[in-house]
Amino acid sequence: MTLDIAAIRKDFPILHQEQNGKRLVFLDSAASSQRPNQVIDAISDVYRNEYANVHRGVYQLAVRATNLYENARNKTADFIGAASSNEIIFTKNATESINLVARSWGQQNLQEGDVVVLSLLEHHANIVPWQMLQEERGIELRWIGLTESGQLDLSNLDDLLTGAKLLAITAMSNVLGTLTPISELAAAAHKHGALILVDGCQSVPHLPTNVVDVDIDFLVFSPHKMLGPSGLGVLWAREQLLDEMSPFLGGGGMILNVTQESYSAAKGPAKFEAGTPPIAQAAGLTAAIDYLNTHGLDTIRQHEIELTTYALETLPAVVGDDLKIPGPTDASQRGGVLSLELGEVHAHDISQMLDEHAVCVRPGHHCAKPLMRHYGVAATARASLYLYNDHDDVDALAAALLAAKKFFAF
Amino acid sequence: MSGLEDLYREVILDHYKNPRNKGELSPPAHRCEGFNPLCGDEVVVYLHVVDDKVEDIKIGGQGCSISQSSASMMTAAVKGKTVEETAAFIKQFKSMMAVHGDSLEADETLQAPQDMKLGDLEALKGVVKFPVRIKCATLSWNTLDQALTELANS
Repeated sequence: MTLDIAAIRKDFPILHQEQNGKRLVFLDSAASSQRPNQVIDAISDVYRNEYANVHRGVYQLAVRATNLYENARNKTADFIGAASSNEIIFTKNATESINLVARSWGQQNLQEGDVVVLSLLEHHANIVPWQMLQEERGIELRWIGLTESGQLDLSNLDDLLTGAKLLAITAMSNVLGTLTPISELAAAAHKHGALILVDGCQSVPHLPTNVVDVDIDFLVFSPHKMLGPSGLGVLWAREQLLDEMSPFLGGGGMILNVTQESYSAAKGPAKFEAGTPPIAQAAGLTAAIDYLNTHGLDTIRQHEIELTTYALETLPAVVGDDLKIPGPTDASQRGGVLSLELGEVHAHDISQMLDEHAVCVRPGHHCAKPLMRHYGVAATARASLYLYNDHDDVDALAAALLAAKKFFAF
Repeated sequence: MSGLEDLYREVILDHYKNPRNKGELSPPAHRCEGFNPLCGDEVVVYLHVVDDKVEDIKIGGQGCSISQSSASMMTAAVKGKTVEETAAFIKQFKSMMAVHGDSLEADETLQAPQDMKLGDLEALKGVVKFPVRIKCATLSWNTLDQALTELANS
């Protein structure tokens, strides 16, 4: 199976615009993807025909809205191979999902001196919540380092995990594209009696995920990076863990009973979903998952490996050897996230010039400053690929990079 | 390259490629760090004030062409000026960089002396058309401003 990119692009209205008389080339899906008509229509259909608050009303409209919302939970559980939809918690974004674990599980299970292991690949969202617990209750943070090629350095993994309570780690770097060996990491963590939380924000949209097969404990990811709406995040955790965890935010919807003296918490996902949830967004996620399933994550992954290989070959060939793309050189070991370094030219200037050519990339530290510091760079220009990108997009990027190089040449 | 020539004027690229006063100063020069949390750029201003005058100033750190050229022009502009003149100059530059309507009040009250001309710095006016880059242009100025405040309080 191969993807029909021309047909896919027809589904994404936002891609059919021009800027400066040039075709818009969108290469910033690692920050947030675009949405197909199917998702846009699903969201607007909720507001036009199906909207009411969920889990409360007895009128038919409210029942239909509740069904849409809960159907998204079922769909999401199937998408990642979860044992039960009770294991899916909807949050406002993946950052909140990690904070939920840090607050609910962390405050119950982490005391002074307890160890949480991170890696240098982490996004700030999987660093700062743990640093907050470090500040508040004196937990210890340990860091898995990197090899020359941007892979995890697992040579001292056993030492790092000794006495650890949690390994919190990304499945795919948002800067280098590096894929991490989640099965191996989960087995190592469990051997040492630690749980494993996986940040799947970059991996879940791009390759098949099965939480049971890789035997992990927590997974977070972002619907807005996988053709769905923003304002919605996902936390998956094993049901037993969720049952043992205390609530996160307090309010309506998360209670069994409230008296003047105290409250008792609801069971199941409701315990972690205080207040009115993102209802239309959940319906949008259902449509996004349907769209991804129609094309197949395996097929999408194959397309991205092919396109990443083409980019890794084409970009330096066109732009020159001073273009560096750190991270694994074999596309089968990385995602389609390309951090571009062009000699002395700063990422901001590259990105400004690329914008002139209607090529959208992301300059900056990508919320991964410890990783950037490790590489000794303040900022890179990041181009990221998805199912709607093709060789023409990579060629446009190459041409614009060459123009930037010539303009800013020392 | 219609829009970009406003941003990347010749004089800006010249200061970027041949930065003035780049480097470090040892103590007793004052050292002050500035960060742009959006892009991760870091600038270090080394400021040596003697008898209320900017005796020497150097710039460390790294950044894009806009932040580096702005820092370079800034050092050339304030070297030899009094602290008071420097502070007025910072205000004048920042009001030039303010998005219209953002600091009309500042315009009224914080005028630099008439004889202070922005000169080469006028070239940075074009940055205002690219709002996301204004922080690049003002990073070194805010850091110098902070350095002056720290010196005044020390």
